[in-house]
Amino acid sequence: MSGLRILVGCKRVIDYAVKVRVKPDKTGVVTEGVKHSMNPFDEIAVEEAVRMKEKKLASEIVAVSCGPTQCQETLRTAMAMGADRSIHVEVDAQSYEGMQPIHVAKILSKIAQQEKVDLVFTGKQAIDDDCNQTGQMIAALLDWPQATFASKVEKANGDLTVTREIDGGLETIKVKTPAVLTADLRLNEPRYATLPNIMKAKKKKLEKKKPSDYGVELSPRQQVVSVEDPPVRQAGSKLDSVEELVGKLKDSGLIPS
Amino acid sequence: MFSTGRQTCSRTFGLLRRLKSTLVIAEHNNEKLTPVTLNAVTAATKLGGEVSCLVLGSQCAKVAEEVSQIKGVSKVLLADSDVFKGFLPESITPFLLATQNQFNFSHILAPATAIGKNVMPRLAAKLDVSPISDIIGVKDDSTFVRTIYAGNAIQTLTSNEPVKVITVRGTAFEAAETGGSAATENVSADAVTNDLSDFVGQELSKSDRPELASAKTVVAGGRGMKNGDNFKLLYDLADKLKAAVGASRAAVDAGFVPNDMQVGQTGKIVAPELYIAVGISGAIQHLAGMKDSKVIVAINKDPEAPIFQVADYGLVQDLFKAVPEMTELVGK
Repeated sequence: MSGLRILVGCKRVIDYAVKVRVKPDKTGVVTEGVKHSMNPFDEIAVEEAVRMKEKKLASEIVAVSCGPTQCQETLRTAMAMGADRSIHVEVDAQSYEGMQPIHVAKILSKIAQQEKVDLVFTGKQAIDDDCNQTGQMIAALLDWPQATFASKVEKANGDLTVTREIDGGLETIKVKTPAVLTADLRLNEPRYATLPNIMKAKKKKLEKKKPSDYGVELSPRQQVVSVEDPPVRQAGSKLDSVEELVGKLKDSGLIPS
Repeated sequence: MFSTGRQTCSRTFGLLRRLKSTLVIAEHNNEKLTPVTLNAVTAATKLGGEVSCLVLGSQCAKVAEEVSQIKGVSKVLLADSDVFKGFLPESITPFLLATQNQFNFSHILAPATAIGKNVMPRLAAKLDVSPISDIIGVKDDSTFVRTIYAGNAIQTLTSNEPVKVITVRGTAFEAAETGGSAATENVSADAVTNDLSDFVGQELSKSDRPELASAKTVVAGGRGMKNGDNFKLLYDLADKLKAAVGASRAAVDAGFVPNDMQVGQTGKIVAPELYIAVGISGAIQHLAGMKDSKVIVAINKDPEAPIFQVADYGLVQDLFKAVPEMTELVGK
């Protein structure tokens, strides 16, 4: 049996270490001139796909990203990590603002069909919109099973055995392929792209497409009314001793006295 | 022409009929209702329409009984079938679709838990609507508030969708009271099959302490705990305070404690009366999960740790001295 063909979704987001700033006109957050990188959960998805290929479970890895031109940097990173080729679905800045997981899911499910993949892999959520929807929606559109929040993936015959992170602990499920997986934090430790691999990635194929190539309309389903700063917490006080702390907490009835 | 007229007519009729009727999907383990369902019911009552609750599972009649007593719930739908074992989205989603076709709800809500997050986007895609994740506020029946960028920005959005598929952040809404008496209606799930996925088993962390997401007091440890054994210090304090114990990602990644104890952007969101952060520096991703706590206490030997910027009471001390001392003083 030949290996699985894997499609990995990679989103370009504001780097996780950046403290975001809300725009004064409350329409969004400042993204110009801010450091961006690949969504950390997507890095984990790419890493797992590459490991599957190294274990000869996968035969080809296609990375895909939807968004502005700069997404190509994200795809180069994925290819430097080990993806074989990539597809950039270019979206102009204005349409990108109204783009939501449902649009991405529609595009990715079309690509999955066209590329005849066996597995779609995404991160469990993007750290910018914090939606946690895309993988589940791709699975729905393709009528494939889904294994979300995966912390361990094993292949057994035609099935995948996946350990998932759930509220009370862990659970194990089996899904038939083709399937959609979403990566949780504990799945693996993504590798750094080495300089030789970054150089090699420049030669790998990067196809440019548009949402219309997949028949997907980007009409927004939601309107953002405003984006505001969260309420600021009042500065607290530093105490000198444990007695003082326990005393204050007892006085305010927060701990039994 | 006739057909166009009929379509418009049925669409208008559909809209009218759909005018504000909400379905809340109850979360439970077939024995007991998960408390966060009560918070989701409160969010549902803010939408203004009739609120129905769906209990689906295997041998979960007891849960339906519990749900029928929630104030604000006017009808309980009970779907009892072995096909729902493990709450796999591949069996839940077709059932929810059929239920929606039958009852035509304007809003479908679930708590933003591992199950809710897993199922609701799948349902939304099947309905061809854009779902709304983890809401913290309801402005009106189509305007909702949620956080983005790890809680560093608050987004208000209006949804144009004919059906609003929503997950609710439990800590942002009060729990609904009991004292209701809704009638229960059985819904058949006989038509549901699932040959795409199988539930193999679960490994749940056992603990006598209160559940992390709904505890009134949370004691959480970070990298500063140095190892898993030292978490005993926090368990001792937590037991005196009847608190749940949480952890930062650093503590989970280092293997001190299991994943399900993680508080943060990608772990659990908590908002207890009292949150005691011990040996936690306070990274953006951790703050996302706890900064709505009423009172935050930080114990850290690094006076520059960002956690002190959100702490109501800070104690710059070695936790290995401070925590046992605190345990000693509590309840004295």
